[in-house]
Amino acid sequence: MSLEVALRHDGPKLDFSATIPAGKITALLGPSGSGKTSILRAIAGLLRVTQDVVRVHGETWSDTATGLHVPTRLRPVGLVPQQYALFPHLSALGNVEMALQHLPTRQRVERARRCLALAQVEELALRYPREISGGQKQRVALARAIAREPKLLLLDEPFSAVDRSTKKSLYVEIIRLHEILSTTVVVVTHDLDEAAQLASHLCLLDRGRLLQSGPTAEVLARPCREEAARLLDIANIFDGQIESAGAGRQALLRWGPHALRLADRGQSRAAGSLRWAIQPASVLLVRPDKPWDSHLENPVAARVTERIDLGTDTLVWLLPAGIEGARLQMRLPTRAVQRYAVEPGQEVTVCLRGADIIPLQAATEPSA
Amino acid sequence: MDWESILLSLRLAAVTLAVLLPLAIAAAYWLAITPFKGKSWIEGLLALPLVLPPTVIGFYLLVAMGGHTWLGQIYERLVGHTLAFSFTGLVVASVIFNIPFAVQPIQRAFEAIPQEIREAAQCCGLTFWQALRRIELPLAWPGILSAAVMTFAHTLGEFGVVLMVGGNIPGETKTVAISIYDKAQGFDLETAGRMSLLLLSISLVTIAVSYGLVARLMARRRPT
Repeated sequence: MSLEVALRHDGPKLDFSATIPAGKITALLGPSGSGKTSILRAIAGLLRVTQDVVRVHGETWSDTATGLHVPTRLRPVGLVPQQYALFPHLSALGNVEMALQHLPTRQRVERARRCLALAQVEELALRYPREISGGQKQRVALARAIAREPKLLLLDEPFSAVDRSTKKSLYVEIIRLHEILSTTVVVVTHDLDEAAQLASHLCLLDRGRLLQSGPTAEVLARPCREEAARLLDIANIFDGQIESAGAGRQALLRWGPHALRLADRGQSRAAGSLRWAIQPASVLLVRPDKPWDSHLENPVAARVTERIDLGTDTLVWLLPAGIEGARLQMRLPTRAVQRYAVEPGQEVTVCLRGADIIPLQAATEPSA
Repeated sequence: MDWESILLSLRLAAVTLAVLLPLAIAAAYWLAITPFKGKSWIEGLLALPLVLPPTVIGFYLLVAMGGHTWLGQIYERLVGHTLAFSFTGLVVASVIFNIPFAVQPIQRAFEAIPQEIREAAQCCGLTFWQALRRIELPLAWPGILSAAVMTFAHTLGEFGVVLMVGGNIPGETKTVAISIYDKAQGFDLETAGRMSLLLLSISLVTIAVSYGLVARLMARRRPT
């Protein structure tokens, strides 16, 4: 039971195919113009694309091959658009009731009130959209979207117009609603932190293509392509050479004068050049006071060139010894930076653990 | 005071409104949501009464309604008299020259409804007619009200087209504007002045009240 989506469109370019797990929150993450909203609208049936197949829990909603296109109003979807699209001439209750026109009046009002209560805005039932705040509008839009008990709840950048604290409380609200309703949720966002906090499944998009999809933690930790790594804001992307590989032998990554052992978990790796990445948080500082206490796996000597404090964390840029032009970024807790007095010009040793080194497929151009 | 012509004008304005408004809503909705080649030509054609002298429109309508055209002949065969110089002919002419006053405000009102609102209505499971009745018409209501008021007031005051198509038949085609003209021509300036003042008052009150209402409605319906 899942949501299968295959979309191809010629303008704006879209070539997306993915299976989205049922009953989970999936985030479509990508920069502006990557086609996220178009995908959401195509799933809802609001956008007709050149070729599409949308199948939800085995039921086909659209398939250009057979000419099938179930109209939006007959698809059990709930949509929360970016700007909420509340009907301005109707109260919050009226807005939710509008999604329940198939019910007799009394049942309709009761159910609409229940939905507002679920979204924790029951007290706003008689207020009009112009009389409530952005966060409250968001909740009313959510109540309207869940009113028809949709199989699929689609959220299009739902937090783009609310402040940070409202955003946080809305995250909790959506996760809570998802737990109550157990419906499949697809949320579009360009915010990495938002996707990480909300979604258990992640689809990375770029220029209308799917770069990678999978469980959020896995995708965030191990992007498989260079574009995906860049999208996830991993600054440490380098070239190296695989020197020794083959069955039963641990692969060795030659990076300038440094030889880094890879944790290949039994896979054999062909000798040759390798594009690789490492998360800034995975670059481990060897304690200068007690180097023997530290885990000295793949140690690399480097010089600190720059330091920027970002509140609880600090970004440190390093120049690894013997590698011209390579800048290694390290993210450390600010307390650790202060404790070990990490300053520009200081010589340090960092560890790049084999398990943290991410081999990447080369960047590819989108197919024409 | 020529009450007969005042009542005739009011009747003409009401009938024109009743006939034109549904047609204008349909045309305005179609023009607002449908992109097509040659749309500006259609919009230009509908806006012609705004720029053409009323006598020109009146002349063409008179020719079209006369017994020498198929339209005039069919009408005459069915009803027994020509369409020109009759109240019905006056209504037809009135509907035609009021088209831009009715269509344009409604079209702008439909165009102002964000696409997201229409899509939200679809996601709520509303059919086309449900969405039109419960979402789009209420949101376009200020534009519809403006259109109705403009049409009504414009019909009350129209002179050139009415004179060309209807002539000056008391109780049938002699509207208040023509009656005022008649009185002034006959040097009955006092009656002409009283009737002009009445027409001015009706028009001013109608437009001022409707502007106030439209402003209030717009404030309530502004998308958030």
